[in-house]
Amino acid sequence: MVKLPFVDVLADKKNYMRKDDLASFEYTYQAEITNVYSLTKTEKLYQLQIIDPVERARFTFKPGQFVMLELPGIGEAPFSISSSPIRHGDIELCIRAVGNLTNFLTRSPRGTRVGISGPFGTDFPVEEMQGHDIMLIAGGLGLVPLRAPIFAVLENRSRYGNIDIIYGARNPAELLFTYQYDMWRQFDIDLNIIVDQGDASWNGPVGRITSILEDRIQAAENIGKNTYAIVCGPPVMFKFVCDMLIKAHLPTQKIFVSLERRMHCGRGKCCRCNIGSTYTCLKGPVFDYWSVMNMKEAI
Amino acid sequence: MKVFKISQAELDNMVALWSQSRKVYRPAVGRQQQAQPDYGPGWRKAEGASPLTVPIGPAAGSVKTFLFPQPETMMTYSLKTGDPDRGLMKEPAKLTESQVVVGLRPCDARSVLLNNLPFREDPFYQANLERTVFVGFTCDESLSTCFCEQMGGSPLDSDGLDIAFSRAENGYLAEILTPKGEELMAGLNLAPAANSDITALADRRKERPGKDTAILNTMQGKDLNKLYEAPLWQPLGDSCINCGACTFICPTCYCFDIQDEVVKGSGRRIRYWDSCMFPLYSLHTTGHNPRGRKLQRTRNRFMHKLKYFPERFGPFSCVGCGRCVQDCPVNIDIREVMADLLTVE
Repeated sequence: MVKLPFVDVLADKKNYMRKDDLASFEYTYQAEITNVYSLTKTEKLYQLQIIDPVERARFTFKPGQFVMLELPGIGEAPFSISSSPIRHGDIELCIRAVGNLTNFLTRSPRGTRVGISGPFGTDFPVEEMQGHDIMLIAGGLGLVPLRAPIFAVLENRSRYGNIDIIYGARNPAELLFTYQYDMWRQFDIDLNIIVDQGDASWNGPVGRITSILEDRIQAAENIGKNTYAIVCGPPVMFKFVCDMLIKAHLPTQKIFVSLERRMHCGRGKCCRCNIGSTYTCLKGPVFDYWSVMNMKEAI
Repeated sequence: MKVFKISQAELDNMVALWSQSRKVYRPAVGRQQQAQPDYGPGWRKAEGASPLTVPIGPAAGSVKTFLFPQPETMMTYSLKTGDPDRGLMKEPAKLTESQVVVGLRPCDARSVLLNNLPFREDPFYQANLERTVFVGFTCDESLSTCFCEQMGGSPLDSDGLDIAFSRAENGYLAEILTPKGEELMAGLNLAPAANSDITALADRRKERPGKDTAILNTMQGKDLNKLYEAPLWQPLGDSCINCGACTFICPTCYCFDIQDEVVKGSGRRIRYWDSCMFPLYSLHTTGHNPRGRKLQRTRNRFMHKLKYFPERFGPFSCVGCGRCVQDCPVNIDIREVMADLLTVE
């Protein structure tokens, strides 16, 4: 059993916060940080719980959607949900400390009140994929939005065919959710992990994600008819992975990609998430590859 | 629709009367153009009975500063220790005070209608729109940078205005177009216009119909991918210095950033103008930037105005006021860009 790295911070004082008297805004749930796990040097996993039990039970989302996390005095930012959709109001967000809000979060103790609005955006159609093989391909931080569909698929394992999870990272220290790999493997799936640069402790394969994908494509039977693919990763990876999948005769409408864009308003007004005339906040973040493959600046 | 005949002296008296009970803004000239805390440059408060002259062409600053103020408070809250409402998001006090913008041109009036398309459900924009009365002047003369007729407008048009003033013999013809305009003119003892003046105005409008949609139709027929790959972007991207001046003076540029600001424990969430010309505008957490190069940002601005916005809403997101042509430090001219785009096959 792998021991979880746990950041033991005690709740000192609870911030009180409510936004439900704002009739003209979308509803914001009050939530509380219940646990913080340190995954790597910069990424942490935050477990949040919506405080009101009725709201918690009513809060539902689909894998691939995102929420807006809000801290008064700091700001508001969108994050992909990376927990299982059946867990309703207990959501998990994996967040890299980069900016103002995310750095504040790393210093926030357990018990900090935050606001959550959402869920927003399109989702991976995991129900449509039932009865088919699924390839989940993630690179680097791309595993964060993919963890929700992974859970959704594993929880209904008998309804799906072969499941391939292919995950690549720069080095072993940057691998996310390492403690869960053993648990995932128990569900009769193929989990392949590859790193660009190995180190002394690493005894897995070293190289590009495409080398593993090539093996898996050759091993798969009738990939053109039976398989769906879900891809998320850095832009370079999208291009090579999707090209390989198309060469393997996987129809482009069966490849789903989750595109990352900077967002501020989430309503198609502040204009920064646009890919041409498509707004990621309104029509995304999950697209099928058919609709974005010819879009400029998409990938 | 009521039409009145108004002399210059009557107009000055009207503006002085309005400024007693409302905030009245008029185009500023010369040194008076500086930005003030509650509105942008190019405008000034109309005070006293100084004669109203409207300079040729649009005012130096766009009219969006009154509808989409910089910054705009979206929410307020307190972070003081011991405050029972600590962290409680509150709606800011709604501004209901009526304001009158006198002396805007048909291009600016049209920009209000265009910005209303993406901001249709925006509570702040709509609240500001509701409390603002637009008193516009149609253009008899135009500047060399004006091109509203190409973009689907017209210099004699009154769309988007509440009261439209047009030149007539010894004064102006005032057309009262909306209930807001009627309310503003209520109680004033004015002479109705003679029929000959009204027909003269109608004749002038027939001479310059404007509202040309030929360019829009041609542009909408073009393939987006071909426009995107056109060779004209390279020299444009090379010469543009990404100063963002065009986006701040543009009446139809509306993108914004949202930030929290806390001063001595009392905070507010504000939104303020942003510019797609800045690299931070689209920078991602991972360090990837979909528009990391100058060329891509320049292209995005022009493509948004001339291709993406028409695809989403219909009309061009440009009214042809020519402010960006006047103020660009490296002489980029949107008319030339448009002409080049129209030749792309």
